[in-house]
Amino acid sequence: MLEIKNLHARIGEKEILRGVNLVVPDGEIHAIMGPNGAGKSTLSYVLSGRDGYEVTEGEVIYDGQNILELPPEDRAAAGLFLAFQYPVELPGVGNANFLRTALNAIRRKRGEEELDAVAFLKLARAAVKSLHMKEDFLKRNVNVGFSGGEKKRNEMLQMALLQPGLAILDETDSGLDIDALKIVADGVNALRGPKFSALVITHYQRLLDHIVPDVVHVLSAGRIVRSGPKELALELEAHGYAGLEAA
Amino acid sequence: MTALPTKKLEAWRYTDLRPLASIEFSAPPPAAIPALPEIDLPRLVFLNGVLAKELSSPFAYARNFQAIAEDTAQPLALINAETAQDGVTLNIPAGVDAGTLLLISHASGDAPFAFHLRHRITLGEGAQLTLIEIAKGEGVYWHDPVTDIELAQGAKFAHIRLQDESREAFHLATIRARVAGAAVYDHFTATIGARLSRTEIGAVLTGTGALAHLNGVQLLAGTQHGDFTTVVAHKAPGCPSRQTVKSVLAGTARGVFQGRIEVDRVAQQTDGFQLSQALLLSPGAEMDIKPELEIFADDVKCSHGATIGALDAEQLFYLRSRGIPEDQARSMLIRAFLEEALEPVTQPQARAVLEEAIDGWWVKQ
Repeated sequence: MLEIKNLHARIGEKEILRGVNLVVPDGEIHAIMGPNGAGKSTLSYVLSGRDGYEVTEGEVIYDGQNILELPPEDRAAAGLFLAFQYPVELPGVGNANFLRTALNAIRRKRGEEELDAVAFLKLARAAVKSLHMKEDFLKRNVNVGFSGGEKKRNEMLQMALLQPGLAILDETDSGLDIDALKIVADGVNALRGPKFSALVITHYQRLLDHIVPDVVHVLSAGRIVRSGPKELALELEAHGYAGLEAA
Repeated sequence: MTALPTKKLEAWRYTDLRPLASIEFSAPPPAAIPALPEIDLPRLVFLNGVLAKELSSPFAYARNFQAIAEDTAQPLALINAETAQDGVTLNIPAGVDAGTLLLISHASGDAPFAFHLRHRITLGEGAQLTLIEIAKGEGVYWHDPVTDIELAQGAKFAHIRLQDESREAFHLATIRARVAGAAVYDHFTATIGARLSRTEIGAVLTGTGALAHLNGVQLLAGTQHGDFTTVVAHKAPGCPSRQTVKSVLAGTARGVFQGRIEVDRVAQQTDGFQLSQALLLSPGAEMDIKPELEIFADDVKCSHGATIGALDAEQLFYLRSRGIPEDQARSMLIRAFLEEALEPVTQPQARAVLEEAIDGWWVKQ
């Protein structure tokens, strides 16, 4: 379970998050929507531990642990996974090597045995196949020369292999085409289960046609201003975000 | 003894030998037998600059050291010629593929000492050789090797060097290759050790279609100084040459790359390219890059590129967000940065020697 309590964060002198409160129980998928500049991307980066954001107040408890004290790699080992809005290219780093290093780093921290190259490849090939990807995906450099859709697929491949307990999907303003949208949705839906939860951050409602959320929250000016069932997303689509601050 | 070069010489502007000049070096002491790398290859082992026959394997084409008159004005080569007492002479006859040979230099001693190895390598027409050189040691010493290489028509010589000397040592290597038509000189040096080092390579392309690769990586930390200097002289038409040099600098280390491409009036259709990139891991590190193109022919392709940068924070965060600890993430990005220079080293044992030296370099700093 993820509990965000009164989270305040800033970049430099600028306060972006102004007291976010949010609970995502295990097995649920929650969407966070909101206008541009509401703090949606900041929230995903603060949760995953990126440098440059200063938490001034509040805490984030995941599985009973305050993760704000952990470096990003330990948050990943604890079960967090951030699907990047713009996945980063790593020239000179082979995808298979990257995936295996990540998986083994996490297994090591969890006290599990590391996978040798043969065992890993077997697992990776199966994941590649189930995501309808070409096998040469594993041989290419991480995200280098990938199309937008391929980059998203690669994020979902990582998620499938690392088996997180909580996925944070940052799709704040990405111009995903319908195919890429489905890739992300399929990746999340495949992991759905009692031990998996997700925070889907999006500006548009259309992603939520494919990943149906249990709860929709509206983030505005650094606070959650409304929460409701999935129909809330449709209402926002129809009427926009105007006037929510006051609600 | 010939005087050491000073910074007044243009070729030595970025490398100051005064720390070397201030030390009194004695003759090498008797050497202790070190632990040597376990690589299944014929080998020649030099301990404190003397061939250790009992540690070396028979190699059909190796001859004993021969003194050679030095007819250049290169100060270090002159010093070497005045003092060299050992080295190897390799003569690979025409048409022979001599396989791969390992050449190890190991130094150890209590008081500062110097040794000056002189090697001469000749490949006949169409002959082939891969030479893997590893230089290691402990203590304060000055290793000043000179290697002269002569490649006949169509010969192929892959020359892979790992300079992993003691962090208190001085390593000043001079390598000179003459490359005939359609012959290939494929050079790679990894500079990891020594307090102060310079690898100076001169390749003269004397026949049509001769090819020279003078590639290298430098991984320097603390107060290390590493200088990689190349001069490629295109003296015949249609010769390609490449230098890919990657430097990774931590602490207050200083790296130097000087690369000169000279294209003679007759060397039409020259294809020369050099790339020098540096990764600075700390604000105190420094890299000096000096590319020089001297072109006297009119139909040539010749260019150079140089970049200096830091590790990408986005890339680092991406790796860490996937569970990879910071040090390991840095190591991966450093290794990725070096890939382009390492790629041409295809001989598996040479590759393994380099990978082992590079792997975990960052974590050890």
